[in-house]
Amino acid sequence: MINISEVIETNQMIERENLDVRTITMGISLLDCAAPDVETLAANIYDKICLRARDLVSTGEAIAREYGVPVINKRISVTPISLVGGSACRTPEDYVLLAQTLDRAAHEVGVNFIGGFSALVSKAMTPADKLLIRSIPQALATTELVCSSVNLGSTRTGIDMDAVRLMGETVLATAHATADRGSIGCAKLVVFCNAPDDNPFMAGAFHGVTEGDCVINVGVSGPGVVKHALEAVRGESFEVLCETIKKTAFKVTRVGQLVAREASQRLGVPFGVVDLSLAPTPAIGDSVADILHEIGVEHAGAPGTTAALALLNDQVKKGGIMASSYVGGLSGAFIPVSEDQGMIDAVNAGALTIEKLEAMTCVCSVGLDMIAIPGDTPASSISGIIADEMAIGMINQKTTAVRLIPVIGKGVGETVEFGGLLGHAPIMAVNPFSCDALIARTGRIPAPVHSFKN
Amino acid sequence: MKRVIVTVVGKDTVGIIARLCTYMAEHNVNILDITQTIVSGFFNMMMIVDTAAATAPFDVLATELEACGRDLGVVVKCQREEIFDSMHRI
Repeated sequence: MINISEVIETNQMIERENLDVRTITMGISLLDCAAPDVETLAANIYDKICLRARDLVSTGEAIAREYGVPVINKRISVTPISLVGGSACRTPEDYVLLAQTLDRAAHEVGVNFIGGFSALVSKAMTPADKLLIRSIPQALATTELVCSSVNLGSTRTGIDMDAVRLMGETVLATAHATADRGSIGCAKLVVFCNAPDDNPFMAGAFHGVTEGDCVINVGVSGPGVVKHALEAVRGESFEVLCETIKKTAFKVTRVGQLVAREASQRLGVPFGVVDLSLAPTPAIGDSVADILHEIGVEHAGAPGTTAALALLNDQVKKGGIMASSYVGGLSGAFIPVSEDQGMIDAVNAGALTIEKLEAMTCVCSVGLDMIAIPGDTPASSISGIIADEMAIGMINQKTTAVRLIPVIGKGVGETVEFGGLLGHAPIMAVNPFSCDALIARTGRIPAPVHSFKN
Repeated sequence: MKRVIVTVVGKDTVGIIARLCTYMAEHNVNILDITQTIVSGFFNMMMIVDTAAATAPFDVLATELEACGRDLGVVVKCQREEIFDSMHRI
């Protein structure tokens, strides 16, 4: 039988260390919504989302109530819209209409984000993919809850550099389209290399074409819990450090597994995966940077940070994998700047630069995330940063992503405020030298050799 | 059996257990175990109860027990047992 010290430990994690289930994300396939004209397609999409996700929010809240653990976000991911709209959309405006339909459906069922306004173009773009990408600035400027992602490369296919060039321009255009709101559109736009089909986290969530009709994926969290556990082992050996992280990750993931199973049962929808990612929030103490500090670096970005992050990421996976029957999504440590107070402090202290963040992305999940840059950064430089990050993912067979926010009208040293989970971010300096000639080249970077690993 | 863990945290005072037990008896909630301890000066009590035959649904029981707690100046929390089992048992 459960004893009182175990009950106190769990409740202390929840009440003082920000343990929560970050998101229950329902993946919905829209492939069967296809129609020859865009109005019928939009109506089909709206109806299917509202039907499937009708009880998602109330179920999430009921589970949170019964187990006493907060379920912060209830979200939806859908089939990449470039595929769904391929038969009906003839102009970028048609795709904007679909984005607005997703937004209406998301408001109707009460979720706080809907992901999947996406295109998968790791080798090349179809005309539909191009139309969707061109529609992104307007789509994100005229909707509130829609998130967009584009997969630009993979280890198997190489990197589509034409799409990389187009996305650099698209990121900048999205920043301009939402310039009156701190360029917030870019906070809902992410590009990937090796994007996973079952990621429950925004902005990159979409329901992959290899998935079933409807699925429940859950993202857990708990940087605060890991940090608190590490406070008790200061100065101990790496063995003790790693054991502590593993045990904590196990406990956190078990809560996610429980919530995922329960949500799946109550909604009558199959359980997909638990994503083990350590996802920080702007709340004090809920920071991945604070864990790195606890491991032993003065600020995130100091020498040793990459090693500390590699260790953290690996132990979280080792602990989490045993705790869940199905692990998937991104499953690593997120290092977004604006959503993590410790990262913001590190930037303000001068300890953390984009180049160091890039090195850190080699050993953790995802990549350059929620980084505000000057609004006058050229599109080619944004494409260059994207290409670098895609190359890291392609060569190392891992998921990498870029979510940059060129804040129009602001420069280095200033801060942009997004509010809520998106937080606030200091504008970081971008290397001023040009990569115009590289980005101007057309075609794609070939897939890498899968042997001679060095 | 639908087991729920009721925790009470706060300053010790007369009648906490009596008040909660009375409420549970009125709603046909069976008490299986009670443990208490002091953690950093605070009174901590845990009750394991069975709500399988309860006359009210979980949400009502939890809301009313929490209200009892507020009257007594302590924090009462009700959670289904599975969250603790998942976290602490392999």
